[in-house]
Amino acid sequence: MEQFAIKWGKWVTQHRVLTIILSLGLAMAAASGGQFLSFTNDYRVFFSGDDPHLLAFENLQDTYTKNDNVLFVIAPKDKKVFTQDTLAAISDITDRAWETPYSIRVDSLRNYQHTEAEGDDLIVADLYEDATSLTNTDLARIQDIAINEPFLVHRLISEDARVAAVNITVELPGENEATESPEVAQHVRNMRDYVEQTYPNLDVYLTGIIMMNQAFPEASLYDMTHLIPAALGIILLLVFLQLRGLTGTVGTFITIILSILAAMGMAGWAGIRLTPPAMSAPTIILTLAVADCVHILSNWLQKYRGGMGKQEAMAESLRINFSPVFLTSATTAIGFMSLNFSDAPPFHDLGNISAMGVMFAWIFSMTLLPALVTLLPVSSKKRRAYGTEVIDKFADWVIRKRRMLMPVMSVTIVALVVMIPRNELNDVFVNYFDERIEFRTDTDYVVDNLTGMYFIDYSLDAGESGGISNPDYLAQVHEFTEWLREQPEVIHVNTLTDVFKRVNKSMHGDDQSWYKLPDQREMAAQYLLLYEMSLPYGLDLNNQIDIDKQRTRISATLETLSTTNTLAFEQRSYDWMKQNTPDLYTTGASPTIMFSHIGMRNIISMLGGTAFALVAISLLLIFALGSLRFGLLTLIPNVAPAAMAFGMWGLVDGEIGLGLSVVAAMTLGIVVDDTIHFMSKYLRARRDQGLEAIEAVRYAFSTVGVALWTTSVALTAGFLVISTSSFTLNAEMGFLVAFVIMLAIFVDFLLLPALLIRFDSWLMGKPADTAEESAIAQPA
Amino acid sequence: MQTFKTVFITVLIAATPVDFLIAQTPEERGLEISLAADQRDSGWKHQTSEMEMILRNRAGKESRRKITNRQLEVNGDGDKTLSLFHEPKDVEGTAMLTFSHGLEPDDQWLYLPSIKRVKRISSKNKSGPFMGSEFAFEDLSSQEVEKYKYKFLREEACGEFECFVIERIPQYENSGYTKQIAWIDKAEYRNIKVEYYDRKDALLKTLELSGYNEYSGGFWRADQFEMTNHQTGKSTTLLWQKYDFESDLDENSFNQNALKRLR
Repeated sequence: MEQFAIKWGKWVTQHRVLTIILSLGLAMAAASGGQFLSFTNDYRVFFSGDDPHLLAFENLQDTYTKNDNVLFVIAPKDKKVFTQDTLAAISDITDRAWETPYSIRVDSLRNYQHTEAEGDDLIVADLYEDATSLTNTDLARIQDIAINEPFLVHRLISEDARVAAVNITVELPGENEATESPEVAQHVRNMRDYVEQTYPNLDVYLTGIIMMNQAFPEASLYDMTHLIPAALGIILLLVFLQLRGLTGTVGTFITIILSILAAMGMAGWAGIRLTPPAMSAPTIILTLAVADCVHILSNWLQKYRGGMGKQEAMAESLRINFSPVFLTSATTAIGFMSLNFSDAPPFHDLGNISAMGVMFAWIFSMTLLPALVTLLPVSSKKRRAYGTEVIDKFADWVIRKRRMLMPVMSVTIVALVVMIPRNELNDVFVNYFDERIEFRTDTDYVVDNLTGMYFIDYSLDAGESGGISNPDYLAQVHEFTEWLREQPEVIHVNTLTDVFKRVNKSMHGDDQSWYKLPDQREMAAQYLLLYEMSLPYGLDLNNQIDIDKQRTRISATLETLSTTNTLAFEQRSYDWMKQNTPDLYTTGASPTIMFSHIGMRNIISMLGGTAFALVAISLLLIFALGSLRFGLLTLIPNVAPAAMAFGMWGLVDGEIGLGLSVVAAMTLGIVVDDTIHFMSKYLRARRDQGLEAIEAVRYAFSTVGVALWTTSVALTAGFLVISTSSFTLNAEMGFLVAFVIMLAIFVDFLLLPALLIRFDSWLMGKPADTAEESAIAQPA
Repeated sequence: MQTFKTVFITVLIAATPVDFLIAQTPEERGLEISLAADQRDSGWKHQTSEMEMILRNRAGKESRRKITNRQLEVNGDGDKTLSLFHEPKDVEGTAMLTFSHGLEPDDQWLYLPSIKRVKRISSKNKSGPFMGSEFAFEDLSSQEVEKYKYKFLREEACGEFECFVIERIPQYENSGYTKQIAWIDKAEYRNIKVEYYDRKDALLKTLELSGYNEYSGGFWRADQFEMTNHQTGKSTTLLWQKYDFESDLDENSFNQNALKRLR
């Protein structure tokens, strides 16, 4: 290893131009995959193909029709929907909505199929046609029908008649995912512009699944244009301050940019579709890549300013850093690769892209960086490295206070760890996007003023062909509907029983006392046939009834709930069904259900991922440190930071969402880097130079203390930038990772030295008094 | 009317070579072909048939319906149709009477045996699905020439046939379609395939007709209609059998009273 490192350093510093050309060639080859990259715009990417709740929802949609929709919400400034002007606008919007790409259905106040008795006939027709001819009496009558119709109220019209909506159902063919959803979004946004221009009295808000889909690339783009430049600026400033020179900063800049481009290019080659979580990879890569550069450059400058030649100094720096830089890169990559255990594919992508980026950073910092900076001019003026005196004093303090620090730190760790159970799984998936994303603010308005964004569909099986007309079945469906409507979380229920009741009433001369379910099966089936025959294109019941008329879909719209409350509601509905309508018992399906379950599934699967990372990294450390006992000791500074951070989170916030579930595995590979650098210097002193434990600690502080502190600050800064993401999953993850990294440096600086000194004899495998001698004899 | 059509067609066919010289427009050619097709399918007077409908959803589930049809050819107006439902069982005995018209909305009545009453169906909505299938009323009702504006597009092979390809734009109100593209075989002027385009001018459905048999009098009828909805992935097959042109039917078999008598 050592021989190889020496040869490497010599070759690179002697063939600088060739090295640069080869590295650029590699970077370009990898980066050219970038042409295949595109942003995903389908919320389903958060679920793997075999996610049981996704499969259940797909099956339900295959049985009826798709639920993907745009809710086009209009709010008249005069707060009156039932005026000639606003109703005329709704007519106009309805007609234009039909031109939405991939639309299969449009529901509005205008085309609501109102039923009326006329003599002995059943008239099924639009609620109104020509709005401009409506008299005040007509308007009052239409308002009365609309806000008393369970199908419409809280869905397409608010109870106070101030806000209305047009719901556009689309069926995306799924042939070109990159363009289909954006086409729909573009169309409805053009419609919004048109409406706001043509009808100045109307404000428009857009929500629905399609708009949510669209928010994913928008959040990614926001992060890309805001977070990456910010992180780059901050990191380069820190590098500049640390290295006190432009050459090193430029070299670092080029290295991290190439690492990002190459990693993203590889993502393109691998066919990864970009999601907001994956889009935090560039920021993560640039943050992590910096550490390699800083270690190599600071050693190089140290030797160069100490009087060595440029190339000679670099060869020496490469020799010293070869193992630790490789090790830290490998462990970081392992930590990220453990994200493949996650149940949500975007985190696989995040892990794999970051892991590739880290390995590219390792390659480029061992090739391009040394070749490039040694070609550039650099000042050889001697400078005392920033902070060295401080760190030496700090080392003295730590050694002096070690008998106090060990119990204090241990108690702190234990006290925080016992707080971990205070965390509970909770997430609000509409709030994945913060207020900088239009979807969020529009959805908040709609949820406050009209209807909900959450829904659960239940496909209720009558058990036999045509069974939906069975009065017993209908009575049970009705009971379940009524139960749903009583629940405080439920805003709206769309159910076939309302249709049966309405038709029955109209078949009896619009007599309100007949607003009830038909009591004979044949009668119900024939009423339904008559009603279905009377419906126009796109307003059929195929979205509520399966082709065999054996099942109906009940759709409950809910207010915005946390996952805990959603799961509680879901369970309550199952319990109620088992108790009261056992024949109908079924599980609900919807994106709401999917997102509510994935958090828990992900935490369980990430426990496995974290365990994998821990075992893999520990084995690597034991091997690298050449000692089982040292390897085991490093478990403490490696595991404690994440455990403490989650304990602290339990005290402060206590809600763990999808984004936080990957933090432990991800940070493990990062925090271990501090331990590796500190331990490798400590062991070099303890074993090779035969220093005592106390002196070895002092040596370790003196050689890598400042660099560790600087890289930790840089990492923290980088992840704090991610914590400003417009995508809450990233923001929470970034914040907690930053916190873990800070805790890690505290544990490494305050506890690890005390442990190394206290357990020196055990670690060295000898009684305390002979430790020194044997350490000299011990092979490195 | 019938006589007029015959004369008109004869003149058109006789004038064909001249037509080429005076450069017939695609619209004229489209209309000419449609008139010829209508002409060839005129004079059958009345027919009965049995139809089985097989509905399929995207999940691959199937559901069946059975209907007996009786049709009366009406000169100068759309045909009259009486459909009697046998399956599903819940609607057995339900019967539907349709007087189709050209541009005017059709008249439709439904007899519901459970309440022993005849109900008129709001007639404007003929674009909705027929019994939950992928067929709309307007796809199944009689195809009068004046219902569409035509445009000849091209000639091309369609399966085993050589076809005219004609665009049809509905002229009646409340159609679900902006246009249809029909493939009509050049030999016998039969519909081989029809594509339906929705309000945003996107391909919605394709109808394919197959198993044509020639019945006495030279009338061609297909055994199988296959309608595929490209947007929802659902499809419906119609299987026709027992075409009969000899049955004893007249005007009196097609009125509201006849609805109740049907069994």
